[in-house]
Amino acid sequence: MRFLPLVLANLRRHKWRSVLTTLSVALALFLFASLRSVVTTLDANSRFGAANRMIVQNATGIVFPLPMSYAARLQATPGVEAVTWANWFGGRYGDGKRFFANFAVDPESYLRMYPEMVIPEDQKQAFIRERTAAVVGKRLLEVFGWRVGQDVTLQGTIFPGDWTFTIRGVYTPSNRSIGDDAMMFHYDYLYERFQNRVTPGWFVLRIADPGRSATVAKTIDDGFRNSSDPTKTGTERAFQAGFMTMWGNVRLLMGTIGTAVVFAILMVTGNAMMMSARERTGEVAVLKTIGFTDRTLFVLVMIEAALIAGTGAFMGLGGARALYGLADTNVLGFLPGFHVSDGTLVFGSGIAVLLAVASGVVPAWRAARLPVVQALRKVE
Amino acid sequence: MKVPLIYNVRSVMQRPVSTAMTALGIGLVVAVFVAMLSLANGFASALARTGTPVNALVLRRGADSELSSGITREMASIIAASPYVATGTDGRALVSPEVYVVVAMPRPGHDTLALANVVARGVSERAFDVRQNIRIVAGQRFQSGRAEVCLGTKIAGRLPHSGIGDKIHFGNRDWTVVCHFSAGGSSFESEIWGENEQFMPVFRGDVFQSVSFRLRDPAAFDEARRALQGDQRITVDVHRESDFYREQSALLGTVLQFLAVMITSIMAVGAVFGAVNTMYAAVASRTPEIAVLLTLGFHPRSVMASFLAESAVIAAAGGVIGCLLALPINGLVTSTTNWNSFSEVAFAFRVTPMLLLWGLIFAVVMGVVGGFFPAWRAARLPVVQALR
Repeated sequence: MRFLPLVLANLRRHKWRSVLTTLSVALALFLFASLRSVVTTLDANSRFGAANRMIVQNATGIVFPLPMSYAARLQATPGVEAVTWANWFGGRYGDGKRFFANFAVDPESYLRMYPEMVIPEDQKQAFIRERTAAVVGKRLLEVFGWRVGQDVTLQGTIFPGDWTFTIRGVYTPSNRSIGDDAMMFHYDYLYERFQNRVTPGWFVLRIADPGRSATVAKTIDDGFRNSSDPTKTGTERAFQAGFMTMWGNVRLLMGTIGTAVVFAILMVTGNAMMMSARERTGEVAVLKTIGFTDRTLFVLVMIEAALIAGTGAFMGLGGARALYGLADTNVLGFLPGFHVSDGTLVFGSGIAVLLAVASGVVPAWRAARLPVVQALRKVE
Repeated sequence: MKVPLIYNVRSVMQRPVSTAMTALGIGLVVAVFVAMLSLANGFASALARTGTPVNALVLRRGADSELSSGITREMASIIAASPYVATGTDGRALVSPEVYVVVAMPRPGHDTLALANVVARGVSERAFDVRQNIRIVAGQRFQSGRAEVCLGTKIAGRLPHSGIGDKIHFGNRDWTVVCHFSAGGSSFESEIWGENEQFMPVFRGDVFQSVSFRLRDPAAFDEARRALQGDQRITVDVHRESDFYREQSALLGTVLQFLAVMITSIMAVGAVFGAVNTMYAAVASRTPEIAVLLTLGFHPRSVMASFLAESAVIAAAGGVIGCLLALPINGLVTSTTNWNSFSEVAFAFRVTPMLLLWGLIFAVVMGVVGGFFPAWRAARLPVVQALR
């Protein structure tokens, strides 16, 4: 630590170079953290889902509904505690540019199924009582500047026409993987206008023992196998995971770009370190002459590299964490719960260490091995 | 007088490692830039090519995708009888009322829960004529009245048991694969096609989702649209097919482009910092030389231009490296979900000459920006001090 002033003086010699190199490390790690967080958030969201909830869909495809009569049979299945259902509505508000999920639900049973949707008790009762009432996520209310009690009109795409709902409640998700920009309204309201078309899009079950989910799924799917609408039952978690695979090769894409970023910055930092070292050939020779050991010189250059990489990492990783922590990152409505995880911070710090070693080791080794006599000859 | 370029070239040769590293740094940025834009490009062009401007697509009024639409038989026949529909050589209308559904198919290499959402399109026998770019590459077209299907080439490669004569299972029954077709790289290649009358009872009952027809006079699209939308018997929206599919890709296309620009601009700033460092070092180590140039009577402007050119050339070299790095991904097939239709679309990365040119321009801009202040310093060097 005696030599810290010397290291700092060296860094200050080319202030701009040190600052720019540090900043480029910071940018690289910021970008790395952002990209990796997309992947970790997708992963986290796919793991979301209470272990005791299951989804029953039509086996033919996600867009095909199931008969209402299945509700009673599902309820009667051993191990099933509660049943609710919902139907994708696909309405658009205004110019339709801001997409949001909106679906018809059976109000009472649905809210009981999802205790993560926190709604004040009076609003909940108001929503359940009124046929045309709707609850919306906190964000959705803010995005459109709606108020509780306001009438809003959606244009149906699947169920044509204008649909007017009265907002009676606002929910706040207690689990950040649940989207806070969805809208739910009464299944009956949809049903009364399209009696011959509307049946539940999917059922949600609560099971008594999460450990027996596979058995319950098998019982249900086997029971409906030879009916007109065979089912596909899975845990909510598996359902979410399946949804995430729909993004395709996002993970690979993000990983590849992240690697490219890290390499590009390695070039920049390594280059800067080597340039500084080359310029100081004379000084290093002088230091050696006055008694600095090879080892000390090696360590000095490494510390310099470590300082640059460390400061950059602190700024980049810390900046990403703070920015995504504070700012509203779910503006576009997908990727709820986007944040920089601790794992990403550790991973990023690891990269910073590698960066310091990789960019410092060649100049440091050169400094240590410098032949004094030759080097001094160059000093004017 | 200009400083000869050979001066820069020789100077660069003096420090090959640091120049190469700067160029490589810029090259990687360009590679990511080109790769990401080719992804956005490939996706957009797959959907843009799906429609042709000579066709019209009719959906139920208010429907924003084929999936959410519904057209009754009666409406379909009113549309088919419209005078705006072109007729084929046999005198029959070139019209295809279609059933459009998304079915869950097993995804190879995953367990049974990982399913791919694939478009199954029930078409009329005229569809192969209405859609111009359809080519059957293997087997024969399905026959009317049979449980037979044709697979687009992109989906055929991704599904297990998808060879000619194989049976695939969806919609609660088995279908024999009788042909594979290509569609000029469009999203039709990610679809399963069968006969509409076969699909209808299996899926959604007695209703079509859309009607596509060839326009008798493509220029008279607006007229056809007005006539059909004004017809009291039917409640429909009429789209020009090419515009419709382009709009379907708009959302994801925008997201991809936004990502490309965001990521590369952050990377670019880092690379510019690298270029600044290199050029400052270059200027510093050549201080006496620059002073000599100035003493010899080279105008400071020429010195500045010379250093800017040096920086630009290093960056351009990086740009070339980047383009070369990005080239191999051209044609690589990837897939994602088109959220508008809720189905998987396979498409190829498309590295176009235009994109490569943009990559090079981008590199040179990075070089010029990075070289500006160092070059400025070189030009403003106090000669007397520098010569000492």
